[in-house]
Amino acid sequence: MIGLEAIYILAGFMFGAFAASHALDRSNPARWRSAAFWGCFALILVAGTWLSDIASGMLVLVMVVLATLGLKPGRDVTTDAVRRQASADRLRNRLFLPALAIPAVTLAGTLLLPHVRVGAMPLVDPKQVTLISLAAGALIGLTLALRLLRSHIATAAVEGRRLVDAIGWAAVLPQMLAALGGIFAAAGVGKVVAGLVTGYIPMTLPLVVVIVYTTGMALFTVIMGNAFAAFPVMTAGIGLPLIVGKFGGDPVIMSALGMLSGFCGTLLTPMAANFNIVPAAVLELRDRNAVIKVQAPTAFLLLFANTVIMALFVFPR
Amino acid sequence: MLVLSGIAVVILGFALRYNPLLVVTLAGIVTGLAAGFDPLAVVAMLGKAFVANRFIAIAWLVLPVIGLLERGGIRERARALILRLRGATAGRVLIGYFLARQITSTLGLTSLGGHVQMVRPLIAPMAEAAAERDAPIDTETRDLVRANAAAVDNIALFFGEDVFIAIGSILLIRGFLDQYGISVTPTHIAMWAIPTAILALVIHTARLWLLDRRLARRKTVGE
Repeated sequence: MIGLEAIYILAGFMFGAFAASHALDRSNPARWRSAAFWGCFALILVAGTWLSDIASGMLVLVMVVLATLGLKPGRDVTTDAVRRQASADRLRNRLFLPALAIPAVTLAGTLLLPHVRVGAMPLVDPKQVTLISLAAGALIGLTLALRLLRSHIATAAVEGRRLVDAIGWAAVLPQMLAALGGIFAAAGVGKVVAGLVTGYIPMTLPLVVVIVYTTGMALFTVIMGNAFAAFPVMTAGIGLPLIVGKFGGDPVIMSALGMLSGFCGTLLTPMAANFNIVPAAVLELRDRNAVIKVQAPTAFLLLFANTVIMALFVFPR
Repeated sequence: MLVLSGIAVVILGFALRYNPLLVVTLAGIVTGLAAGFDPLAVVAMLGKAFVANRFIAIAWLVLPVIGLLERGGIRERARALILRLRGATAGRVLIGYFLARQITSTLGLTSLGGHVQMVRPLIAPMAEAAAERDAPIDTETRDLVRANAAAVDNIALFFGEDVFIAIGSILLIRGFLDQYGISVTPTHIAMWAIPTAILALVIHTARLWLLDRRLARRKTVGE
């Protein structure tokens, strides 16, 4: 059965190739720093299951130190504008096929793979079908792109490294934030925050409770970077005891709009790195917070709208 | 109360613009120590949680394909296609992508998008090409158009996917309420995501229309 472990090893080898590509690049004075950073990440991906927690933690700390010292992009070995234009004119819309194959295969895999069996065993781990399908999509897209461009796999590694250099340490930030979420949970941060909110705000009017709940969801999501982490804390602390328990509100309407208020928080915070900081890096924007700034007006308007909708419909009339 | 010191580290660190990777790691260490764990245990917690979240790295497997296609000129081709459409503006391109992304998300097709595989190679070059059809744009304007492309991908996804009944957030709500003895159907939760989904579409489309006006004004000022 193909599980996530196989995909981790695949991703590990890819980052290992990026590290090797840096190590071989003599023109970059900081090449060992980048090579070591991506090498540590590759090692964690490949061997994470077998490494002791302390060893993984040490590797993570080494990566953080290297990133703080500063990662420098390697030599740009890609084609120039003229050759790209010529290639675009020659290959035309065929260029889109490998790119569109990624979502197409991911989608088809998600729908079909759960039904594929080898003997009595399912071919892939049924719980991880989407991620495994995404990996399959990336591999099939890569095969198509290599054939279309008549390129060698080493070229793909160098081009991938060019992109990962543009993204830099932001590529591992979402994973680090998820780890921080785990530590917050172990230390009981959520309960303390919920206690502070409920302890200091007068909760005698239904409207006040609704406002505290929706803005609390957004604020707590801003802090945690994840509405899924904020939802249980705010709903157990304020939503269920007050909106539902004290004022007889509808738990479904409350939960649905509470979660959507959390999503407004996601649009506003650098802690939701994979939605806000990573795309700024992927698109090579100079301002790390440029995406958040664009999103902010929509986020505030929608938070207001969620609060109004909840206040109007959550209570029985 | 002491466990909140990690949050203080995060707020201070981001405000002072230190490297976010460093800030987040320090916040984790500070929180762990404040909760009474010894330093080695905190390092082990960090390592364990980082390894447990390796699934996040799987999305990067698309990097070599996208890099290769950029070498082959996919961004140039995306630009050429948009320049053929005479009425295309940056705002209209992004409104089109917003609609496509939100509608597919409401059907649960959340993988038909993403910043690395869709926005960087296709959507951002299309919007940029439309913005600079008549005259070249400066770096600041280019960044503004790109940031808008990334924002559309996020907003259309967030306020589309919750209308689909089998998405993570709805399953979380259902499981959570179930623990408290409240049994609900996913359809009922999804239904209450529809008003916000429509408002997100209206509000953000209006903002993209305003973006077009702003870009047009910049152009006339430039001339």
